[in-house]
Amino acid sequence: MSAAGSENSNREMMSTLPGDDVRQIMWRFSERYDLQMVVQSARSVARGVVARLVADGARNNHEWTDGKAQLLEAFDQVGLTTVFMDPEDGGFIEGPKNLALSLVAYELSWVDGGAATCSLASNLALSPIHEKGTDEQRHKYMQLCAPPLPGEDRKVWRGAFALTEPLPYVGVDTGILSGKMRIVEWEDGKEPILHVEKRGRFITNMGFANFVTAAVDSDDEKIKGSCMIILEEGDPGTYDRGATTLKLVHQLSSTSDPILSLMVPASRIIGGYTVKDGVIIPNLNHSEIIESVFRRTRVPVAIMTSAKLMSAIEPVIRYQRTRFRGGSASSPGTPRYEQGLQQKDDALQRLIDVWATGEAGTSFGFAAIRLLDTFDPLERKAQKLLADKGISGRSQLKLFKELEKSALEYLTLANLPESERDAARFAELESDTLVQFMITDSLANIYCPGTKLWNTGFGATMMREAVSLMGGYGITEDCPGFLCQKWSDAQLEATYEGPEAVQRRHLSITMTNEIFLAQFRQWSKDLQKIAEQRPESGASALASGMELWLWTLDFLLKSKDADGKALYHPQRHGVVFPMADALCWLLAPREQILDMIELEEKGPENPVVASGLQGFVNFFSDLGYVQSARAAGEAGRICAELVYGYQNQLGKDADEAFASLRHNLDRNLGGARLAKDRASQVAGKVMIPEALDYPM
Amino acid sequence: MNGGFHIVVCGSIVPDPLQTLAPMEGATGPALKNEMMLPSVLDPWAGHSLYEAANLAKKVPGSKVWLVSLGPKAKLQQLMMSIAQKVAFELVVLDGPASGFTDSTEVAAALAGAIGSIPGLDRSRLLLFGGCASASRDAGVTMQMIGEQLGLTEQFLGVDELTVTENGALRVLERIEGGQYQVSECSAAPAVLAWATGNLPEPPNNPQIGMVNMRTIMPALQKAQTAAVGTGGISYQAVELPSQRRETRIVKDMPADDIAAEIVAWLKG
Repeated sequence: MSAAGSENSNREMMSTLPGDDVRQIMWRFSERYDLQMVVQSARSVARGVVARLVADGARNNHEWTDGKAQLLEAFDQVGLTTVFMDPEDGGFIEGPKNLALSLVAYELSWVDGGAATCSLASNLALSPIHEKGTDEQRHKYMQLCAPPLPGEDRKVWRGAFALTEPLPYVGVDTGILSGKMRIVEWEDGKEPILHVEKRGRFITNMGFANFVTAAVDSDDEKIKGSCMIILEEGDPGTYDRGATTLKLVHQLSSTSDPILSLMVPASRIIGGYTVKDGVIIPNLNHSEIIESVFRRTRVPVAIMTSAKLMSAIEPVIRYQRTRFRGGSASSPGTPRYEQGLQQKDDALQRLIDVWATGEAGTSFGFAAIRLLDTFDPLERKAQKLLADKGISGRSQLKLFKELEKSALEYLTLANLPESERDAARFAELESDTLVQFMITDSLANIYCPGTKLWNTGFGATMMREAVSLMGGYGITEDCPGFLCQKWSDAQLEATYEGPEAVQRRHLSITMTNEIFLAQFRQWSKDLQKIAEQRPESGASALASGMELWLWTLDFLLKSKDADGKALYHPQRHGVVFPMADALCWLLAPREQILDMIELEEKGPENPVVASGLQGFVNFFSDLGYVQSARAAGEAGRICAELVYGYQNQLGKDADEAFASLRHNLDRNLGGARLAKDRASQVAGKVMIPEALDYPM
Repeated sequence: MNGGFHIVVCGSIVPDPLQTLAPMEGATGPALKNEMMLPSVLDPWAGHSLYEAANLAKKVPGSKVWLVSLGPKAKLQQLMMSIAQKVAFELVVLDGPASGFTDSTEVAAALAGAIGSIPGLDRSRLLLFGGCASASRDAGVTMQMIGEQLGLTEQFLGVDELTVTENGALRVLERIEGGQYQVSECSAAPAVLAWATGNLPEPPNNPQIGMVNMRTIMPALQKAQTAAVGTGGISYQAVELPSQRRETRIVKDMPADDIAAEIVAWLKG
C-alpha cells in the first residue's frame, strides 16, 4: 500500500507552467534541434495566422475561402509542408517523421483542430504514395507538393485522400467500395488506360486538391481486386470538387463530396501492377495500403485532442483568478479579488482532472508516435527480407508463428539482469530483424488504436469539463482559447480516420497477442518497482489495475456465460470492447509516469530545467497519481462488470481471486486524493502569463 | 563596397513580455521571480537590428553577419530554435546573465572582448549593430561603450534606416525629438549603429536557413565561454515594476482612423 502523506508542507512546488525545455525532455526530443525548430515554426503559424482566422470568425463559414487559403501559404512559408518530405524531395528532416508531424499537429491544434487537419490531410494524400508507391510515383508527387525553392517558378500541388463514400457505404469499412475502375483502352505494348469512377464523401482538402489518391475496386474482369490510384485535376473527364460538407466543426479545413470520373493510365495504380494472362493485377490492394497509412496517421489525431486539453489550462486558470476583478464586489488584496474562483476546492480539482487527462493523453500519444518512428525502418527491413526470401501469405503467417517463441524468449532475456542472461543468444535475437519487428508490431497494434480511442473519446468528455470551468463564457465565440470550438472539434477527431468502434475492434483482436501480453505483464512488475522508489507516483495503483485486467482477460478467455456461450469472442462486443477501453485507461498513465521519470533523470542536465526541477517532478508525479487512480478505478469497474455481470453466481475460487485483486487495487489508491489536493494547491499558485499569446 | 561588410549584431534574450514579471531580491542582487524558467524572446530592439543586418548583408555581396549574445546558454539555445530560422548568421556565445540588473559597463566589456576575438573579423569593414535600448532595462548606453572599447567613434543612435550610397557611404536616419529624423552621412565603415525599430517586419521561419545555421550554432553553444558579468559597483535601493494603467476594451471592426482619433484624444487628456 502506498502512502502519500500530507506532511509535505515544505514540498517544492511548480512555480511556472512547464516550458519548451521541460516538454522536450518529457517527449524525448531535447537532442533534436530539427524538431525543436519545427515546433517553433508551427507555433508561429498557429498563434498567428490560424488564431487570427478563428478570432475573425472564419469558422462561421463552411466554404473554402481566400482567407482560409492563407493557411496553405503560411504552412509553405515556414516549412510545415516539407516536414513530410525526405531531403531528396525538398524536405529537411532525415529519417522517420512521425514525431515531427505529431508535434506540428499538437501546436496547430493548440489553437485550432481544423488547421491541424488541413496540414495533415495533404500528408494523408501523399502517405499511400510515400509508404507503398513506386519510386517514380514517390519522387514525382513528393516533389510536386514541395514548395518551390528560390528561383523556381511553379505551383505547389495539394492532395486529397479519398476513401469514404456516400451513404450507405460511408465510413471505413475497407471491405466494401463502390468506387470502380474499368479498362477503356489497351493497345499492344502500351500502357492500359483506365476509367475510374469515384464518388467521395467527407473528403478533406477537396476544395483545392490538385490530385486525389482514391480507393477503388475492379469493375472489369481484366483487373483483379482493388487498389489505390492517383487521379489528377487535368485528367480527361470530370473532376468535380462536389458540394461542400456542412460540418459544424474543423471549419478551417476544406471538406466536400467530390464526383470523379476520369481516364488515367494504369501506371497511376499506387505500388504498380503486373500483368498475368492478360489481367492487370495491382501489386497492392487498397486494404494493404490503407492499413499501413492509418496506423501512422491516427496517432497525430489522438495528440490533437490532448493538445486541446493542455491549451485549456492557462485560460481556465486566468479566468478563475480574475473572475471577480473589475466589479465592486471585491478590491485588490482581498482573497476574492486575488484568487477569484480558485478560493474553492472544486474549481481547482476539476481543473486538475482536465490537466491530468491532457498530460496522460499527450504522454500516450507521443509514446505511440515514437514507437512508430522505431517501427518504420524496422518494417521496411522486414518487408525487404521477406520479399527477398519470397515469403508471403500463409507461409509468412507460419514463419511468424514459429518466430513467436523467439520473440518471447528475447523478452524473457531482456528482463533478466545482464549477468544472468545468455549474452550470445540475447545478442542474436536482438539483431534478428523479424523478431524485433514482431515485438514492435505487437506494441504498435495496441498503441496506435489505443491512443486514438482513449485520447479522442475521453478527451472530448474532458473538453466539456474544461468548457464548463469557464461558466457561460465557455460557450461564447470569444472565450479565450476557443474552448467551445475545441470541444466540438474533439468529437470529430473521435470519429475520423476510423471511429471508436473501429479502434475497439482492432484492439479486441490484437490485445490477446501473447507477445504484447508478455510485455504488459512485465510493465506491471516494473511499475511495482517504480512504486517502491516513488510511492507518490501512482505506480502501485496502476500496477494493481494491470494485474486485475490480466486476470480478467484470462478469466474471460477461459469462461462461459450463464447461458453457456463463450465470453471472449471478437464479435461479442459487450465483452471485448469494454476490455479494450480498460486497457487504454491503463496504458495512458503508465506513459505519463514514465515521462515524469524521464524528466527527473534528464532534467539536471539542463540548467534551465534544473532550477525548478523538483517542483515540476512533484507536480507531474501528483498528476500521474490522480490519473493512475482514476484509470485503475475505471479498469476495476469494467472488470467487475464483466466478471460478475455474465454469471448468475460466480464460482468461489474465481470470486475470491477477483475480490483479492480488487481489494488490492482499492488499497493502492491510498494517498491519491492527497496527491490531488497537492496538485490543486499548485494550480492555485502557479505563475501564468499576463495574457494569452494569441488573439480571441 | 569592396568585399562587403562585416556586421556584428549584439543581442540577447529578454523575458517574454506577456509573462508576469515580478522583481525580487536574489542571492546576488535584484532579479525577476522565476526568471530562469520564464520563456524568453530575442530582445525586440536587437531583433530589429539583426533583421536589418541580414537585409544589408543580402544587398551587399561579400558581407557576413555575426550575432554576439551574452546570456544563459541553455536559454539561448531555445531562442535559436526560432531565430536561427529567420536569417543567416554565425553565433558567438558568452554564457552569463542576461538580467536587466547587470552593469552595462561590465556587459559592454565582455561583448567588446568577444567581438575582438572573432576570427577573421575585418575591423575596417565592421558595422557594429545592436538595439538602442533593451526591453529588460532601458539604459541605452551599452552600444556606445562597446564602440568606444573597440575604437569605433562613428556612432549613430536610434537608427531607423541605413542606406549604402553608390559611392559606398552610409546614409543614416536617427530618431531625434519631436518625431523628427536626423540624417547623417558617414563616408565608410567602421561604425556603430544602435537601432530603434528599423523598417523591416520579422522574417518568417525558414527551416532550410535554420538547418544551415545550426551547423555552426550548436558548436558555438557548446564551446561558449563563461562571462563574469554582474552588477558591478551598482547598488540598487529598490526595484519595482512601473505602475500599470490598464483599461482594456475589446472592440471588433473599428476603423483605424477611429482608433487613432481615440488614442490622440486620450493622449491629450
